[in-house]
Amino acid sequence: MSAVNRETIKTTAVYTEFHPRWYRERVSVYWWLGQWQYLKFILRELSSVPVAIFVVITLFQLRALLSGPAAYARFEHWLRTPGAIVLNVISFFFVLLHTITWFNLAPRAMAIRMRGKRLPDLLVAAPNYALWLVVSVVVAWFILR
Amino acid sequence: MADKIILEITRYSPEQDVEPRFESYEVPVYKEWVVLDALNYIKDKVDGSLTYRWSCRMGICGSCGMMVNGEPKLTCATFLSAYARNGNKVRVEPLRYFPVVRDLVTELSDFLVKLRNVKPWLIRKDEPPLSQGEFLQTPEQLDRYKQFSMCINCTLCYAACPVVGLDPVFVGPAAIALAQRYNMDSRDQGADERMAVLAHPEGIWGCTFVGECTRVCPKHVDPAGAIQQYKLMAVLDWVKSFIMPRGHTSKDVRSEPRND
Amino acid sequence: MKRQSNEAFFWMLFSAGGVVAALLIPGHLFLFGVAFPLGWIQPPTYEHLLALVRLPVTRIYLFVLCSLPLFHWAHRFRYTLYDGLQVKHLNEVIFSLCYGGAVVGTVVAGYLLWNIA
Repeated sequence: MSAVNRETIKTTAVYTEFHPRWYRERVSVYWWLGQWQYLKFILRELSSVPVAIFVVITLFQLRALLSGPAAYARFEHWLRTPGAIVLNVISFFFVLLHTITWFNLAPRAMAIRMRGKRLPDLLVAAPNYALWLVVSVVVAWFILR
Repeated sequence: MADKIILEITRYSPEQDVEPRFESYEVPVYKEWVVLDALNYIKDKVDGSLTYRWSCRMGICGSCGMMVNGEPKLTCATFLSAYARNGNKVRVEPLRYFPVVRDLVTELSDFLVKLRNVKPWLIRKDEPPLSQGEFLQTPEQLDRYKQFSMCINCTLCYAACPVVGLDPVFVGPAAIALAQRYNMDSRDQGADERMAVLAHPEGIWGCTFVGECTRVCPKHVDPAGAIQQYKLMAVLDWVKSFIMPRGHTSKDVRSEPRND
Repeated sequence: MKRQSNEAFFWMLFSAGGVVAALLIPGHLFLFGVAFPLGWIQPPTYEHLLALVRLPVTRIYLFVLCSLPLFHWAHRFRYTLYDGLQVKHLNEVIFSLCYGGAVVGTVVAGYLLWNIA
């Protein structure tokens, strides 16, 4: 086959008379930066990382408790370092983001019906928030007592 | 309000172009005009080669979905005046995440195959005799699935969902919402058949509840809610399959031979 | 082919972990991570905390607090990697690292809570 023929075949390989060449765009790795809603979504998903970080820190705390008062004092000292405080403050905001988005989205997953009509979202979300408040107060009371 | 507005429209001709390009057209602005009116004006008076789909021009057929300034919209329901007010340009592109056939026309076969796979029709295991009369349904029974039945298959939700773009095998919002519409219908007995098609990683589990599908839906179907409810149903079904493995009749229809 | 994939199980863990994380973690993180180190509230003494943790009910509470949120993270992070970095072809590796990490954390939590004398 001559070089010219090979060239023609290459450029018309995906186009025949009865099947047009579709254009397919590749989704960029940075798709989540393209829209504010997508960025909000990724931030919400990333809130799971501070959740895991909290668990890891809590495991260290338990190990310190296990090892005696000196070890626990060292752990408390670490918590007071600027790095730890920055980490925990940022984590706290992400964990709050998790809680608020979780409670606001939960009603959509559960179509709770009473007397034939579906309960409005607020009525399903509100008890979650109330429970959160009660649980937090109870836990705080146990810790601070 | 300005009396003219510029539309930047994607042009792609498979015979000539390798990639889409944009062309600008100046269009008069009338108070009651929608983007579809502008497109029709361009096709009638400026450039007859502009290709796009439309039909009812009243938001019920689902044909005229396009990206307007980066948002999936029905062009028959998007008023030009909103853009003219701010002196903005209007960028019209074909719906995202679908192959483009020409200009603003997308290739929808993938969606239609996925839709057919979820069996969006009433499935009966037993057919009652005609003498028993029609199926009766109370308003409460209707309310359980009515919202999901509003879907007009416009595929705006597919253009909004990042998972559709990232995972070509993902079934997608509208298909799952329509499956749920039939699952929730009191006349239907096919929930386990649909479960076999949907409850696997390429089905509902690809969804991460971004929520964009619900935001862009012109008929307020709430496909995201339908999918999350379906996930709960799938969990219950999975638990039941452990507790009562023999009583469970869900069969995997993907291994059945297709007769089409 | 499998009748139904086991994704349902992992999604169930993700949901349970999400509920636990949403209800319990903000309070704990605020107290131990922000309020006590910054001196806003007087922190509890070592003896008080040790006495609290020794109770069986606290051990169960802490076990739940430490294990379920890790499974929540495992599932969510796994999908964030699939969608965000488009690395779905590394499915097995990501799955093992995420759920493996969650299992390791759970085992460590169980060991620590069992051994607090």
